[in-house]
Amino acid sequence: MTQVRVLAGTRKGAFVLTSDGKREKWSISGPHFGGWEVYHLKGSPVDLNRIWASVSTGWFGQVIQRSDDGGLTWDPVGNDFSYASDPGQHIWYDGTPRPFEFKRIWHLEPSGSDADLVYAGAEDAALYRSADGGTSWTELTGLRTHPSATTWPPGAGGLCLHTLILQGPRIIAAISSAGAFRSDDSGETWKPINRGLVSGEIPDNDSEVGHCVHHIEAHPTRPDTLFMQKHWDVCRSDDAGENWTEVSGNLPSDFGFPIAVHPHEPETIYVVPITSDSLHYPPDGRLRVYRSRSGGGEWEPLTAGLPQENCYVNVFRDAMAVDTLDEAGIYFGTTGGQVYVGTDSGDTWSPIARDLPAVLSIEVQVLP
Amino acid sequence: MSEIRVVLPAHLKNLAKVNGEVLLNVPGLLCQRTLLDALEERFPMLRGTIRDRATGRRRAFIRFYACEQDLSNELPDAPLPQDVAAAITAGKDPFMVVGAMAGG
Repeated sequence: MTQVRVLAGTRKGAFVLTSDGKREKWSISGPHFGGWEVYHLKGSPVDLNRIWASVSTGWFGQVIQRSDDGGLTWDPVGNDFSYASDPGQHIWYDGTPRPFEFKRIWHLEPSGSDADLVYAGAEDAALYRSADGGTSWTELTGLRTHPSATTWPPGAGGLCLHTLILQGPRIIAAISSAGAFRSDDSGETWKPINRGLVSGEIPDNDSEVGHCVHHIEAHPTRPDTLFMQKHWDVCRSDDAGENWTEVSGNLPSDFGFPIAVHPHEPETIYVVPITSDSLHYPPDGRLRVYRSRSGGGEWEPLTAGLPQENCYVNVFRDAMAVDTLDEAGIYFGTTGGQVYVGTDSGDTWSPIARDLPAVLSIEVQVLP
Repeated sequence: MSEIRVVLPAHLKNLAKVNGEVLLNVPGLLCQRTLLDALEERFPMLRGTIRDRATGRRRAFIRFYACEQDLSNELPDAPLPQDVAAAITAGKDPFMVVGAMAGG
């Protein structure tokens, strides 16, 4: 029988939510790693019972945990995220140079072809690769040592590499607040892909780097089409990031963090508008997911089942995901600890958890 | 060589999958570095959680206590104070790794 497994990373641990294919009744296990921040956990597409978790605290630093039984039990694996070359420098908030310094792993991206291969995006921005199931990590230095890296400033959340999209030898990465980058040689060399982005918060509004990209997603069948939620603006590219076009259209606010693509409709995308960069809650206190069936430009609010008054939660960049069932489920988690699912492509929403710690990430697995 | 009792904070006990105190043999000079080296040798998953991976220095919110003394700012290679070393090698007092009060 089909089973759906939702992996929720929160401020105070990880939770695994499971249901059958109807997605009506859910059981919740956790907290795993109670008290630790779990920025992200994600399962291998090759071995569905293999799940990696990025677990950290200010007290004890970074740990990577791995489960080989679908989240029932966990074992720590390697956590040596040393730089493979001189750390170099980026720009600090006060404009002075500052050495790159490892702080945490924001995002884990397992390979789609090798269960032992996984990538990790770090703060300060650096990319790591493990080919032995997470036991050891090697930095792919080409990104951190890109010539523009000396000009990268941290965003409010830090200089974090938060988005990784694996497309064979091509890798798409996004860094706050440096922008989007692409490698066509498995992460050895990188180029900025920010042409067409316009950011009013930086002196040169259409600079090659310096844009605060919040998240990027791509549909597996259309690797050249990328959808981006930027600090402000929702954008798309149809040439693997060479050129971007704003598609914010009629959104009530084009500020936000996550963006998702429907699993069966590559031009159907989802965002959660947030009021502004200083007001991290939904406009008018109404939690609305917006859906575009035209790849952006024209958007419709999805409100059924979501609180439409006095709602002041946020939805973080990695906290939205989709399942792959015929009747697609769209999922997101909030800083208020709710996890919602819309099992009809988002027409109506139901909470599957209400009182978790603030949700940092959501991933979904469908088990046959 | 006597066994030294080491008390870990709850989160690190969970990470190391141990209950109660840890007993360690610390060869040679007894100082913070040799004690923590021995701890990490036995529990590799603790590497990076007490001392920063890059600098080797005590993480900011970690403290070391023994015999009602705060040893956190002792030099890593300095021999532990004589009374402390005597007490912990005799098993009278544990060496405590503590998660500092933080958060307000």
